[in-house]
Amino acid sequence: MAAGLEREKILLLGLNHRTAPVEVRERFALEKRGRHPLAHLRAYLPEVEEAYYLSTCNRVEYLLVTPERERTLSGLKDFLSQETGLPRADFEPHLYLFEDLEAVRHLFRVACGLDSMVLGEPQILGQVKEAYREAAGRYRTTGPILNRLLHRTFSVAKRVRTQTGIGSYAVSVSYAAVELAKKIFGSLRGRVVLLVGAGEMAELAAQHLLAAGAQRLLVANRTLSRAVELAERYRGEALSLEELAEALLSADIVISSTGAPGFVITRELVRPLLRARKHRPLFLVDIAVPRDVEPALNELENVYVFDIDDLQQVVEENLSRRKKEALRAERLIEEEVLKFERWLQELAVYPTIKALKEKAEEIRRRELARTLPRLRNLSPEEREALEVMTEALVQKLLHAPILYLKTGYHRLGREAIGTVRRVFDLDGELEEAFRRGDLRQEGAPEWSPWEKRDSQRPR
Amino acid sequence: MERGIEELSPAHGASNLGLNYPLGRAKLRLEASMGIFFFRLSFLLYGVATVGFFIYFYTLKPEALRGARGVLACGWLLHTGALLAGLKVLKAPPVANFYGAASFLAWTVVGAYFFLSYRGPKVYTLGSFLSPLILLLMIVAWRAPTALWPLPPSLKSFWFPIHALISLTSYAFFLIAAVAAVMYLLQERQVKRKRLGGLFRRLPPLESLDRVNEKCLKYGFPLLTAGIVTGALWAEEAWGSFWSWDPKETWSLILWLIYAALLHERFIVGWRGRRAAYMALLGFAVWMVSFFIINLWMPGLHSYGRWS
Repeated sequence: MAAGLEREKILLLGLNHRTAPVEVRERFALEKRGRHPLAHLRAYLPEVEEAYYLSTCNRVEYLLVTPERERTLSGLKDFLSQETGLPRADFEPHLYLFEDLEAVRHLFRVACGLDSMVLGEPQILGQVKEAYREAAGRYRTTGPILNRLLHRTFSVAKRVRTQTGIGSYAVSVSYAAVELAKKIFGSLRGRVVLLVGAGEMAELAAQHLLAAGAQRLLVANRTLSRAVELAERYRGEALSLEELAEALLSADIVISSTGAPGFVITRELVRPLLRARKHRPLFLVDIAVPRDVEPALNELENVYVFDIDDLQQVVEENLSRRKKEALRAERLIEEEVLKFERWLQELAVYPTIKALKEKAEEIRRRELARTLPRLRNLSPEEREALEVMTEALVQKLLHAPILYLKTGYHRLGREAIGTVRRVFDLDGELEEAFRRGDLRQEGAPEWSPWEKRDSQRPR
Repeated sequence: MERGIEELSPAHGASNLGLNYPLGRAKLRLEASMGIFFFRLSFLLYGVATVGFFIYFYTLKPEALRGARGVLACGWLLHTGALLAGLKVLKAPPVANFYGAASFLAWTVVGAYFFLSYRGPKVYTLGSFLSPLILLLMIVAWRAPTALWPLPPSLKSFWFPIHALISLTSYAFFLIAAVAAVMYLLQERQVKRKRLGGLFRRLPPLESLDRVNEKCLKYGFPLLTAGIVTGALWAEEAWGSFWSWDPKETWSLILWLIYAALLHERFIVGWRGRRAAYMALLGFAVWMVSFFIINLWMPGLHSYGRWS
């Protein structure tokens, strides 16, 4: 058999939010129903050498290394049909299949968030890492190729994160609010967040702000019960809307999302508070429509007002920046795919070099064993000298073909390996021919010049 | 200066050196020229650091910032060498002429920059705005007569070096406060007008810039006060009166009043942000008058002599 990846293929079969509706995706999330596919895959597809399985809410992907492409593919589809309970025809049109370098590229793109619904989102890398941990640690279904590939994937993702700005622009309204707050306050540590109105988006923003270091949460709402509920969840304080002025005294960041028809936070309300606040900056985020915060407040010193359109604009601009960065990320990935290709090729070169060396060593030993009995009265030094000389001969003869393999591979591809293997008969094809009698005995592997000499010598 | 080396002769003692110009001994000439050599080398490094800070401002790569700060620190060490050489030659801090004062001011600005980078809020792009100013100060120093003039007798006092060093150090803090004020006003404009592009991302957070202003005030104001008091003590010793309404004294008093007002408003009323920034700029404008115009063009006790 030829070496390395002559026959093994890397297959990536899966579906994602673009190719499959959620009804199909949820059926495919097998691990959620307590049947992790890697636990049974080996019994079902014994020819598969390595396997990895990724499942997120937006995608399910199988990455396999197999020497038998067709059998594995149809076997996997049968397996999926059986496990999901869907007939093959129902999910086959949603599947995508990538092979070899295409699969490598896809995996890199997924891990970098280039294939995600929100371009460049960072969670996917964690999910890929977790999936690899499951495969390598718990189910032990990975081998040399996938181990190497996944580790490459992590470093590619890291490289893309640090060398492009793909992840550095906030692309949701609530994150944009946090980023803006950081640009005003520097650190959010010790800051007080006031929610006016307890909507879902406001809660999300408050969550992000608290995660970014904000200290205290105040919730003012028309219906106090909702305020109390929210305040309890984040260990904050609940207030009624009548206490708004008081709350505005201690708040640094205000997120307003009431359903009120007019302005809730007006210039008249805030202006007298500024001196009492000792002119601390006040950042008002107005995500309500119609607006809660009077726009004229933005003209006051140390008061900054952003409404939903402002935030939306930030998000939009950031998205287009991410798209630009994504192009740079694609170029990096292309580079890394090439590197991985080279590694795969080297994987095929090394066994050939090893076989070549082994064959030469075997011949050297055999011939030495034939020769030494003829040389009686050899001193240990002379024996040693013979050993050294034969080793040197073998090494010098092999030097050029090994160099040819190592350097010629990138230019000539697999042909170089094939040539060397054929020329040195590393796969035993010639030997086979001798045995069958297709070739004359002269030059057979067992042939030795001693025999010729012995036969010519008169007895 | 360059001719000095071959003229090595054990001529006059160092004691009467003070009043002889050009400086008497070749060894001292050598040291003086070493000082100038160090000064020029540090100027070069400050230039490289400025380029580094610009690259950081454009790319926002942390390595660029680290590199720029490293080069700046090296330049600062050489600059320290230049000042020490001057100290050795004059047997007094080399701040009695405009070259020395501007050079020492540049040195303290760099020192204060490092001090604030370690002790203050994180304002990573401050260096990009500050380093051209440092370079400018170095150029001003270079263009001024670079000779190390010996001290006139009136300056040979216990109080003079203390007065000069303290005052110049307080200027360094006010200069940084002014730079932070410019950055603050720029950034505030971006935020208020919702122009959240490249400049917005590169400028530090508003509060951090305001804290730089506060810190500079906190360190600069007591130094300025001490500078004025020691100046008065020295004046009493040299001329027999604490205060003589010399233009420099008048303008320093104005400067002191501005910063006193800012300090008061800041810590009692809670002024901050835009107003504090404007005050810092006003103080800077007054300082410009007192440092450049009065020292160079107005006759008086602080005249460093005209440009040659």
